[in-house]
Amino acid sequence: MSVPEDLQYTKSHEWVRTEGDTATIGITDHAQDELGDVVFVELPDEGATFDAGESFGTVESVKAVSDLYAPVGGEVVEANSSLEDAPEKINEDPYGEGWIVKLRTSDEPDLLSPEEYEKVVEGES
Amino acid sequence: MAKEGLRHTSLYDEHKNLGARLVDFAGYEMPVQYSGIQAEHKAVRNHAGLFDVSHMGEAIFRGPDAESALQRLVTRDVGRLDVGQAGYSAVCYEDGGTVDDVIVYRREGDFLVVVNASNREKDLEHFRENTQDLDVEVADESDDWALLALQGPEAAGLLEPLTDTDLSGLKPFRFVEGEVDDVPALISRTGYTGEDGFEIYLSGGDAPRVWRALVEAGATPAGLGARDTLRLEAGMCLYGNELDAETTPLEAGISFAVHLDKEQRFIGQRALLLEDTQGLRKKLVGFEMEGRGIARHGHHVTSGAEIVGEVTSGTKSPTLDRAIGLALVDPGVEDRFEIVIRDNPVPAKSVPLPFYKRDRE
Repeated sequence: MSVPEDLQYTKSHEWVRTEGDTATIGITDHAQDELGDVVFVELPDEGATFDAGESFGTVESVKAVSDLYAPVGGEVVEANSSLEDAPEKINEDPYGEGWIVKLRTSDEPDLLSPEEYEKVVEGES
Repeated sequence: MAKEGLRHTSLYDEHKNLGARLVDFAGYEMPVQYSGIQAEHKAVRNHAGLFDVSHMGEAIFRGPDAESALQRLVTRDVGRLDVGQAGYSAVCYEDGGTVDDVIVYRREGDFLVVVNASNREKDLEHFRENTQDLDVEVADESDDWALLALQGPEAAGLLEPLTDTDLSGLKPFRFVEGEVDDVPALISRTGYTGEDGFEIYLSGGDAPRVWRALVEAGATPAGLGARDTLRLEAGMCLYGNELDAETTPLEAGISFAVHLDKEQRFIGQRALLLEDTQGLRKKLVGFEMEGRGIARHGHHVTSGAEIVGEVTSGTKSPTLDRAIGLALVDPGVEDRFEIVIRDNPVPAKSVPLPFYKRDRE
């Protein structure tokens, strides 16, 4: 299981890359592995706003539907619309081409470090 | 680590060694997938897949009244089954609601009835309660049997070198008692995937070596996830989804398994005859999504502002690469309707079943 050192995480298995006031969000390698083959992604509209902890979309595998929760509050500046035709990118490259959404945020994020996230995953298995 | 209180089939160690993801299913810790649901699904459609379905229940009906007992309990006329023939059937309550869907195998001298794992205890109680006046023994042999399902166009070719049984002479829904890899087995040309294939009943102790022999021969281990997408593409019912105590076999579209004209009365016959005459209260339809989204069990079917039914199963079809599903709807419903996915009505249209039919040679 890969947990890159340069990202932050949530207990609900999202990752966050913060650059200035932009937070790029996806689901972790562990989350995509648990879900299995991702076949559908529901993305938010650009301009939509979400509070931290609010559901902003869904990821579906063959068997399961999983809500996506905003790790930080903010406004959607871009959604990865290439996932609509190629949702398998989330399985293949969860931290790269499988990114899901970019939010403009002014929140002071309260997120997990890679070490803390690894403990969350270990605690589940 | 094993989860507390869950039962294991005799192939549990094989699943662990293969790195399967295990889930609780009907009280058993069962493999839901090995390599991935879509890859396993495609292996079955194009080559051959191997499933452990040992959690299924096996009831044996023995004694002078075994046939009468089954005639009373199941909707199919088992009098029409030859020795060596199997038949898919429903088991109903008096009101026509469904207790279970089963396969009845007529053997020399007794009947084997294969029931859904989740219904095993309920079924056995129903079988015994309703046959107390008859001279029949209903034995639950579920714990003695393992069951492998080898499915796919290459199934016969893989099994052939491992058995002396002439598989080319074994037609669909026929079975023989022979050997596989030198151990006793009941080999049945049945399945739940829409492909050609076999279900192999054997003792739990013998199951691991036969499993390994079939995997070595090239069968892809496949889990319950692929089993569900395969049966859904083939338009087959799953108890608890399309069939339940509130749904009759006629409503669920399996009237081919119901012999309403059967001479010996069966439980539920009167209710089903009445429904057949008066018209169905609801009917099973297949549908395809026209808008974006995947329908799932429990989603509402609407026509404008009106709720006209409920989705019983839904998935993204790996073979067709489209979102498909089954729904129980009002009989008068139009060919176009909406599926309500997370409060959003998404257009769908009804399509003929099955979604997938294999090419027969």
